Amino acid sequence: MTAVVETPVAPVARLAALPGVSTASRAQARTPGRVLPVLPALAGLLPATGLRRGSTVAVHGSTSLLLALLAGATAAGSWAAVVGVPSLGLAAADELGVDLSRLALVPRPGTELAAVVAALLDGVDLVAVNGTVVPPAVARRLSARARHRGAVLLSLGPWPGAEVELSSSRDRWQGLARGHGSLRARRMSVRVRGRGAATRPASAELLLPGPGGAVVGADTAASPAPVTQPVACEEATG
Amino acid sequence: MTGPLPARMLVLWCPDWPAVAAAATAGVPLVRPVAVFSANRVVACSAVARGRGVRRGMRRREAQSRCPDLAVFTADDGRDARLFETVARAVEELVVGVEVVRPGVVAVPVSGAAGYFGGEHRLVETLVDKVAADAGVECQVGVSEGLFAATLAARYGELVEPGEGAEFLAPLPIRELDQPGTERAGLADLLGRLGLRTLGAFAGLAERDVASRFGLDGVLAHRLARGRSERPPLRRASPEDLAVAEIFDPPLDRIDVAAFRAKGLGAKFHARLADRGFACTRLGVYAVTEEGEQLGRVWRCAEPLTPHGVADRVRWQFESWLRAAPGERPTAGVARLRLEPEELVEGRSLQLGLWRGRSGGTGLEEDDVVATERAGRAFARVQGLLGPEGVLTAGLGGGFGPAERARKVPWGDRHEPGPAEEARWRGRLPSPSPATVLERPLPAQVFDAEGNPVGVTARRRVTAPPHRISLGGEDRDILGWAAWYAGDRRARVPLLLAGGRDENEEAVLALCVGTENPVWTVEGMYD
Repeated sequence: MTAVVETPVAPVARLAALPGVSTASRAQARTPGRVLPVLPALAGLLPATGLRRGSTVAVHGSTSLLLALLAGATAAGSWAAVVGVPSLGLAAADELGVDLSRLALVPRPGTELAAVVAALLDGVDLVAVNGTVVPPAVARRLSARARHRGAVLLSLGPWPGAEVELSSSRDRWQGLARGHGSLRARRMSVRVRGRGAATRPASAELLLPGPGGAVVGADTAASPAPVTQPVACEEATG
Repeated sequence: MTGPLPARMLVLWCPDWPAVAAAATAGVPLVRPVAVFSANRVVACSAVARGRGVRRGMRRREAQSRCPDLAVFTADDGRDARLFETVARAVEELVVGVEVVRPGVVAVPVSGAAGYFGGEHRLVETLVDKVAADAGVECQVGVSEGLFAATLAARYGELVEPGEGAEFLAPLPIRELDQPGTERAGLADLLGRLGLRTLGAFAGLAERDVASRFGLDGVLAHRLARGRSERPPLRRASPEDLAVAEIFDPPLDRIDVAAFRAKGLGAKFHARLADRGFACTRLGVYAVTEEGEQLGRVWRCAEPLTPHGVADRVRWQFESWLRAAPGERPTAGVARLRLEPEELVEGRSLQLGLWRGRSGGTGLEEDDVVATERAGRAFARVQGLLGPEGVLTAGLGGGFGPAERARKVPWGDRHEPGPAEEARWRGRLPSPSPATVLERPLPAQVFDAEGNPVGVTARRRVTAPPHRISLGGEDRDILGWAAWYAGDRRARVPLLLAGGRDENEEAVLALCVGTENPVWTVEGMYD
């Protein structure tokens, strides 16, 4: 199912990545070292097939990719907060599968950014921060806080000391021609680099968003994918 | 038939209070029909409007078609509470122990006052005259045992003889169980469909049968229908002081600040009671101003107060104090506030989800509640740092553009139901939506192949195919485009641009307004 399997997948972590099993995994996930689920299409990319609690993940160049990372965990009941991104597209978040009732926004932390992120890391599973406004010394302190509290710190933009870095390249849009059609899907190549257990770089072709909004691996999308089909029909009528 | 009868109470009810308060604020005379709307539905209307065919739950358009000169107001709990303070004060001048049930309804214990004024009839007369003279509003009064029966007695304008509460209730229709704020509409509807059309028919069932079929809610409603109190108050004195006090420095003199502080105080108060297994049905709000003035009011509630309920009542109380007419208003800001539980009942906090559990309850809900509380504390702390507007929660509503669809409210406030999401918005962009929606759209210029500016005509066409865009001092070729018309000379145009960073194709959402001198802005990015 997963796009690219370059790292061996632990059976428990793979189970945790399935949407139906996520609540059970969350119950055990209080202790650090457990993994928050992500959408199945992204699971193969990440070293632990999910977002490991206590880790810092940097996302380069794509807000959609960040939203897609939040989708799996919020749908499974985790709380998420996005700090310092006043321009976050909420309709896009909803379409990518983020549960908006589990999402809080802090659009303008201003000079209190460090205190705000620290407070959020105490109580929320996933905290996404606009990395371009954080000084390196503060960033390291916040990463340490996330490690201590067992939360996942995501950054939009560069973050010194991130365990996992995701970047997108070779975006190709489908469906929009000169004067007709509409943006339907985007094929992107996501590259993952990391430290520690994730040193081996991996990459995958994804459709983000795929036809109908959800994220799918580009290879699985080529074969008939019955799971995404009903969603696609429903959205197309709108 | 167990347990003693509840205490005899007098309820003073101002009919259609939201409509009366709205009209009084706006200076509309009550001979004109008035209706108050929430989410496009009538929530209250004046007697004149009712006479002209306006009903609760009616859509605004229908109400206005029946009654074209209808004065329309939006619902505002703060306004209702603020104006009701004059009524509460008028009653308080005559009798002690006044409790506000909700704006529009006050309750007083009847025994002492009736003796003083020489009988219940005399007391009722004096009260109605006093309220009409001081506050200038009409009211109805009812006396019976317990708050529920007394409220209904006020609705029907009856002084029920002592001990005849059950007889008074028996012939009333079953839907009277659903009083505002109790959320019993579902139960009342179900009982009606089961053939129990009066309160008496429901009261005739055995309590154990009710318990086994309708759960705790059913038992409580059954107690009410039999003329008992919903839950007997705890007779045992609380072992310690459960009041919550807070000192404000600088003193509170603004409603919005007070509303924010009320939220934290409400949560603290509720948690303190819940820790000891209590819940509160009568809340005393006491304040001392900087000049040493003492203010106080008791709020009574049929249902145990939630943290939200406590915060709402504290906010309403502040509205009525701080926005009172000059002369009645305290001369300085509030320096100290104390919340006192005046009446305690057994808390239900541990039984959450026993009857109302979400579908597929797996026992993990408690875990979920803990996570939500933990997150809520974190958000409240951030609000402490940045102010209430610092943390927002979002929902989606109807609208054409992505920015219009997002509804953001401060954390802790409820999302007002706006125009329905399912409503058809012709010309709305299909998904995917842009992942970045700029707060301030960027100015841009779009040219055709000859280098002339591209505009949108009144006939919903572009003047020429867009070829090139100039955005932030940079020219980019347009590989694809499609226009979605949102009105005359107005279109949203997703544009596919060549040659981005890392060989990426970039897509942006542009808005074009005008034909000859078109104004192009970039509203969002599909990044």
